[in-house]
Amino acid sequence: MAATSKAYKSQTVESGFSLRSLTHLLGSQEFILLMSILALSLVVYSDNPRFGTERNLLNILSNASYIAVGAIGMSMVIITGNIDVSVGSLIGVLATIAGQLAVHDYPIWMAWTAPILAAMVVEGFIGFLVAYLRIPAIVVTLGMMSILKGGLILATGGAWIYDIPQEFFLAQRQPYGIPMPIYFMVTLVILAALWMHYSPTGRAIYAVGGNAEAARLSGISEKRTLMTVFILHGFMIGVAGLLFATQFTTIQSTVPPGLELMIITAAVVGGVSILGGSGTVIGAMLGAILIRVIQSGMIFLNVSAYWLQAVQGILILLTVLADILRRRRQAASIGK
Amino acid sequence: MSTREAQREPSEWSLTLREFFLGQEGVLVVFLVIAVVVLAFTSQNFLTSKNLLNQARLMTEVGLLALPMTYIIITGGIDLSVGSIFGFSAVMLGWLWQEQGFPLEVAIVASIVIGTLAGLFNALFIVYVRVPPIIMTLATLALYRGLAYGVSQARSARGYPEWFFRFGQEDTFGIPTQIWFFIVASIITWIVLARTPFGRGLYAIGNNVTGARFSGIPVDRYLLVIYTFSGFMAGLAGFLFTSRVSTTRADSGTGMELDVIAAVVLGGTSIMGGRGTIPGTILGLVLIQLLKNGLSLSGVKGDATIVVIGSVLILSILINNFLQRRFAQA
Repeated sequence: MAATSKAYKSQTVESGFSLRSLTHLLGSQEFILLMSILALSLVVYSDNPRFGTERNLLNILSNASYIAVGAIGMSMVIITGNIDVSVGSLIGVLATIAGQLAVHDYPIWMAWTAPILAAMVVEGFIGFLVAYLRIPAIVVTLGMMSILKGGLILATGGAWIYDIPQEFFLAQRQPYGIPMPIYFMVTLVILAALWMHYSPTGRAIYAVGGNAEAARLSGISEKRTLMTVFILHGFMIGVAGLLFATQFTTIQSTVPPGLELMIITAAVVGGVSILGGSGTVIGAMLGAILIRVIQSGMIFLNVSAYWLQAVQGILILLTVLADILRRRRQAASIGK
Repeated sequence: MSTREAQREPSEWSLTLREFFLGQEGVLVVFLVIAVVVLAFTSQNFLTSKNLLNQARLMTEVGLLALPMTYIIITGGIDLSVGSIFGFSAVMLGWLWQEQGFPLEVAIVASIVIGTLAGLFNALFIVYVRVPPIIMTLATLALYRGLAYGVSQARSARGYPEWFFRFGQEDTFGIPTQIWFFIVASIITWIVLARTPFGRGLYAIGNNVTGARFSGIPVDRYLLVIYTFSGFMAGLAGFLFTSRVSTTRADSGTGMELDVIAAVVLGGTSIMGGRGTIPGTILGLVLIQLLKNGLSLSGVKGDATIVVIGSVLILSILINNFLQRRFAQA
């Protein structure tokens, strides 16, 4: 089904109507998301102008950054038709690793890179189980989630890490007045978007997710593509873990609750099709920003934060519903 | 994969003696015996009727959820939202009774109805909109948990009357009351799965859903029933849980889906669908409960158990795949 929708898309491009490409742009998930973010911000702003201060807006973007970076890798994983529910636990473990290294006087560069390497190893292992031993990703990562979560509490007792050297806090730096995480988010999203659009391996990700059999017949190794995706996803989660770990002056050695749901929501709401085969990382970034705008908006509108998770569930449902209906319409218009 | 499963002989569906000893159930029984012997020798408190009945009491809630989960995984689906439905219906029970002033009897029934409706909501999207079960139930995992937090504002409800504890804390005919619920549910789900066209249809759906449709099996109706049933059981388990622990909290049942899925998969139900039995699931449940019990008796902290269950989940699928491949060769 994904292949047919692509064929349909290329047809519209060939016919070359600029009006059509305009409606295509206006109908794209990224555009809808951008408009939702702006509309929502305006609504909150008109009720409470303090929402619109530069400080709050930068805060929202900065808080969205590690979600967005995590959602880059998650998008790739979902585009191949897999999922990873262990990322929240993994980020908790990574933050503890980074904090422990920093507090025990290891060089700062080591405290920064160790979590990234650790995440690549863990995700590489998950990728191996999924690609070569053919265990469904949902089960592997569900198991991994509890192994990491339980292991972390067992090893640390959930203790707080204090007295970390000041230069460790990468995410607190503000070059040219803009919080460091935003630089990371923008750079990584651009790099990942270019890579996925232009490199053969990047295209292969879509091919594997769209139609694994066709991908295999065109000489794409599904296993190697999956391994690449999971290791890259590990890298992104590592960076997300680093940004997460260095944002406050203390680190709690527990798993941040609901983080995996936030990252998955960002990826799905960003237009990554849950049926595999399509989606962009720019959308994932906008998805992350939307979640943070909603969260911040709820605070400014005095809505209880306890509803946030329900809102996320509804967001996923709406996006998935729209995606499926859109695909049905496309399939129907080909049939005519 | 689908071609290989389509080639499978129908006779393989019925449990022959040889398969029993070579297959998952046989392996589980051996493990079970070893676990009991080891536990009996390491702890004097293990092999007492008090401890065993208590373990059965603790097992009931996960057990009630594992029965419909077996059905769902046999069809090749999954329900990740069971822990959230469980927590949501428990919260609604407390909220309707304490905050809205309904009689407790009404609140109990309403909470089970709410669980059933939550399952039905999953089912409608999965069947009619064709949202993949993983994504649908992941979304409602967030949604129902969010509703539990939102409705209760994370306040717990307590102070239930004495008669309410009869279901979760007292005995009926010599064994903990809730075990009767589990026994009845197990027998019914076992017979339905093994002996009715509905049950056999679930295997057909898991082996080849298109083939099942073409052979006239009402696939949509069957799927609708099992996901709704899963919600009903989550509601029932939520009520028994509330009665057992005397309080309702919005985070009740968080992560429960892991225990449930681990028990089902350990019990030999293939995560790819098409294979699995209720007795296998019950063996898986008992084995996991013994593991938990053994760990706590030997003084291991609670957090170690989730590490063990996570590992059991992954390992049992690896072993499952290995056994299946060996059968395919034989």
